[in-house]
Amino acid sequence: MHHVGSKAQTDIDLSKYRSEAEKHEYVEDLGRIDTVDSNKWLNVGVDIAETGRAGTFIQKDCSVIHSKAMRDGVEVMGISEALKKHEWMDQYLWKYISPEKDQFTQAAKTKPHEGYFIRSFQGAKIQQPVQACLYIAKEGFSQNVHNVVIAEEDSEMHIITGCSTSPHLITGLHVGVSEIFVKKGATLHFTMIHDWGEQINVRPRTAIHVEAGGVIVSNYISLRPVGSLQMSPTTYLDGRGAVARFNSILVASAGCHLDVGSTVHLNQPETRAEIISRAITVGGTIIARGEMIGKVAGCKGHLECKGLILKDGLMQAIPELQGHVPGVEMSHEAAVGKIDQREIEYLMARGLDEDEAVSTIVRGFLNVDIEGLPAGLAAEIDKAVTETQKDMM
Amino acid sequence: MLVIEDLAVEVGGKTILNHINMEIPEGETHILFGPNGSGKTSLMMTIIGFSGYTVTNGKITFKGEDITYMPIHERARLGVGVSFQRPPTINGLKTRDLVALCGRNHKADVETLAGLLNFEGFLERDVNRNFSGGEIKRSELLQLMAQEPDLVLLDEPESGVDLENIVLLGEVINTLLERGVKKPRGIMEHAHLKKKTKSALVITHTGHILDYITADKGQVLYNGHLCCSRNAREILKWIREYGYEECVRCTM
Repeated sequence: MHHVGSKAQTDIDLSKYRSEAEKHEYVEDLGRIDTVDSNKWLNVGVDIAETGRAGTFIQKDCSVIHSKAMRDGVEVMGISEALKKHEWMDQYLWKYISPEKDQFTQAAKTKPHEGYFIRSFQGAKIQQPVQACLYIAKEGFSQNVHNVVIAEEDSEMHIITGCSTSPHLITGLHVGVSEIFVKKGATLHFTMIHDWGEQINVRPRTAIHVEAGGVIVSNYISLRPVGSLQMSPTTYLDGRGAVARFNSILVASAGCHLDVGSTVHLNQPETRAEIISRAITVGGTIIARGEMIGKVAGCKGHLECKGLILKDGLMQAIPELQGHVPGVEMSHEAAVGKIDQREIEYLMARGLDEDEAVSTIVRGFLNVDIEGLPAGLAAEIDKAVTETQKDMM
Repeated sequence: MLVIEDLAVEVGGKTILNHINMEIPEGETHILFGPNGSGKTSLMMTIIGFSGYTVTNGKITFKGEDITYMPIHERARLGVGVSFQRPPTINGLKTRDLVALCGRNHKADVETLAGLLNFEGFLERDVNRNFSGGEIKRSELLQLMAQEPDLVLLDEPESGVDLENIVLLGEVINTLLERGVKKPRGIMEHAHLKKKTKSALVITHTGHILDYITADKGQVLYNGHLCCSRNAREILKWIREYGYEECVRCTM
């Protein structure tokens, strides 16, 4: 049994947050949602029109306000409903994360506020993505969710999770324990887009377990200001040929503190891992971590951390590789700096002024080709990058 | 079109060009010869205005405007276009998007232009990423085709290019300079009927490119000085026969 390593997180005083919030009514017809809320959801890839989606889950504060699957082969519901429905659920709770890990996991255990349960059935190839939104509207609320995702054997699924807060919200805390299971031969694309508020603190705690031939592709995008974010999802590649790929795109403006990493344990032969991060600081702090632990011969991993400093801040790339036996093949590439003047001048020689040249380069820098994104979402992210980049300049 | 008067340029505090005088009239193509390290590329970088090339004396006039200290993009918008020898890679920027940016003022048809250079297969690649020498040349010319500059500065357009592609590049350069004798496909249908208004300065040290493009004049740059100015083919003959050192002796 593995457990996510425990680094004490005592920087946040949980007693300053409310753990109670008013219940919100279930909404059958998403067309009735206030546009103030739904526009915020759209920014994080969640579309109330549900066009081209296989299912939707929306939670506001502590209430599941909408949840349904629209295609065969997939189920979507709140975690408490899943506990009632499936007697085997407890096998998937606190399996690779201990509630004792830190004060946040403890909060998720002792004061839980729902979370989503999404499962693709054995052999099901879900063409359209399932969307899930976790939203905080209550001032000073600590939203403690517990999510479980299961991709059963030989299934394929793409999940888009968007997290956001109401525009008027000033303070809040989001604690999200997520346990993700990718079974034999299954492929799970998991895209997470965060758009929190300037003083919101965010502490996701994620463990991912991948069986033989399984593939997890995780994309994490945080372009908008957030008070502080600290996470390091831990992945266990526990079957032969299991694959993990992590892409993250991070932007930190002044006052933001992002400490984001991924840890991958390569425990079986022919396992592969890739962690790629692109980070830009415009006055904030970014710590981009990446850790790979190779325990058997014939596993391969590559880490790539690239950071741009556009305004004084802190950009710290911490790549770590651990090989325990001969035959482990792992590499990393980290670079931190400013934009190369030659690139700017090259574009200026084509008629772009300096600002245009810089923003073109920045857009390119953030343009990690994110695999498996639905076209609409790719366009959304591109738009978000363009807007962010305008704000940065 | 371009007039350079008594120009002196420093790089890292060291004078690398001195007393340079040059004139390229409208519609003329000039060839700039010179051994490695003679300052040819530095002259070109100074004309386009790259940082690190400090003008310490003299001036550069383009279309009657003093451009000596003008920002790079203003020179480009005024009509100066450069094909670089070693352009930087720009990660995440697709070649297609850069070509479109180059031609945004006249809405360049990227596909058609890429077709002329057999470069359609590279449009989705990041700019210059893992391009071979020959691919870089084609990418640079494609950007210039979209940009449509009035003065084209080409830095060794033939180096690293195989024999098959050098013919193609020659044709494209002639099209770019509106000097093509072949009726070009698709674009610029009547280019050959128009009055020639495009000028060029082509850097070479082997002279091979002269087999494919027509030149009005040649000049030799040697140790930071322009030493000779006459028919380009005659210069090339001299250089091939006697080498640069002997060739420039007649002016010293």
